[in-house]
Amino acid sequence: MYNFEFEKPSTIADAVAALGGEDAQALGGGQTLIPTLKQRLAAPSALVSLGGIPEMQGVCVEDDGAVSVGGATSHAVVAREAAGAYPALAALAGQIGDPAVRNRGTIGGSVANNDPAACYPAAVLGSGGTIVTNARQIAADDFFEGMFTTTLDEGEIITSVRFPVPQAASYQKFLQPASRFALVGAYVARFADGVRVAITGASEDGVFRWSEAEAALGKEFRPDALMDLRINPMNMIGDLHGSKEYRAHLVSVMTKRAVEACM
Amino acid sequence: MTQVSMTVNGQAVSGDVEGRTLLSSFLREHLSLTGTHVGCDTAQCGACVVHVNGEAVKSCNMLALEADGADVGTIEGQAAEDGTLNVIQQAFQDHHGLQCGFCTPGMVMSAAALLKENPRPTEGEVRKYLEGNLCRCTGYHNIVKAIMAASGQDVSNIAAE
Repeated sequence: MYNFEFEKPSTIADAVAALGGEDAQALGGGQTLIPTLKQRLAAPSALVSLGGIPEMQGVCVEDDGAVSVGGATSHAVVAREAAGAYPALAALAGQIGDPAVRNRGTIGGSVANNDPAACYPAAVLGSGGTIVTNARQIAADDFFEGMFTTTLDEGEIITSVRFPVPQAASYQKFLQPASRFALVGAYVARFADGVRVAITGASEDGVFRWSEAEAALGKEFRPDALMDLRINPMNMIGDLHGSKEYRAHLVSVMTKRAVEACM
Repeated sequence: MTQVSMTVNGQAVSGDVEGRTLLSSFLREHLSLTGTHVGCDTAQCGACVVHVNGEAVKSCNMLALEADGADVGTIEGQAAEDGTLNVIQQAFQDHHGLQCGFCTPGMVMSAAALLKENPRPTEGEVRKYLEGNLCRCTGYHNIVKAIMAASGQDVSNIAAE
């Protein structure tokens, strides 16, 4: 790992200022970034830890019922503190990585990195969440722009993520047991005015909404509603863990399981 | 270089580190606490698990400066001062919970974190909790047995094969 300056500001304003430096990079829990630095795939001049900012920590329920998670909140805290207000979100957080990883990794780090096999992007997109930054609020539908790419600007910090709470929701993860990421994960959320289905792990374009499944489930919310739907394998990820066709098949299977779990 | 200060196994310690110095490097190379092992160095294997403010973390995946001011616990702090093993360590010895021993510090520290939050786990819960701790000798059955025994449960029918 190349050396860098380390800063740990205690306010969002100070963090934004520190990130204004040339080649400065934000550090969440570091569970992806530190291994990346070890491989010298990145060489920031400074790392700005977001772990010392109290207002970016914790889970709260807002007046409209939405669950707001501070950007620097660890997966372990979400698994514990969101269990009452949004059980499907808490269950997803409790399946990320392993216990020691969950004690360090943060929601803001995961969402900003937008790994195509990460779990959180499925929850954010599947819930129709809002990414709140130091500068603006971004709807999940506008936020994820493809593998490892988001609409975040240089130096922009995810201060919190807001989740509208569905009537029912479930995340079903087909685990890739070595990486502990999702080989395919399906997040199904049923709202009064429709159903959202977000798929992670499968597509070359990263997390995506399966709109045909949403339409079918909107008409009839049961697993059989998906029976005649197929995902085109063309844009699926194919690697030694699973072919494009295998992943396309898993998308259907995991979405059905998620619907079943919602019933 | 930046000064970092923390409490390790109850002792106040400090040292000068670079931004990139890992917590595992600080413990091993600055404090000579080499009980914390570095296996994979990619946060997969869990040999480097220590406690930071009571929570299990992979110390090869955390910067030393992130632990500034923290209360850190390592395997060296598990036994009593006179060398008497704690209940988890003793159970690992009694139930042959180690073969080569390389993963053992991380296993013991993860087990301690588990039993703190779940004092009487089921066998399934123990196995689930150890997902981030790899034993290359594949000695999992006796590790699970030892942790179940340390929690005060009857292990005569656990992981029998």
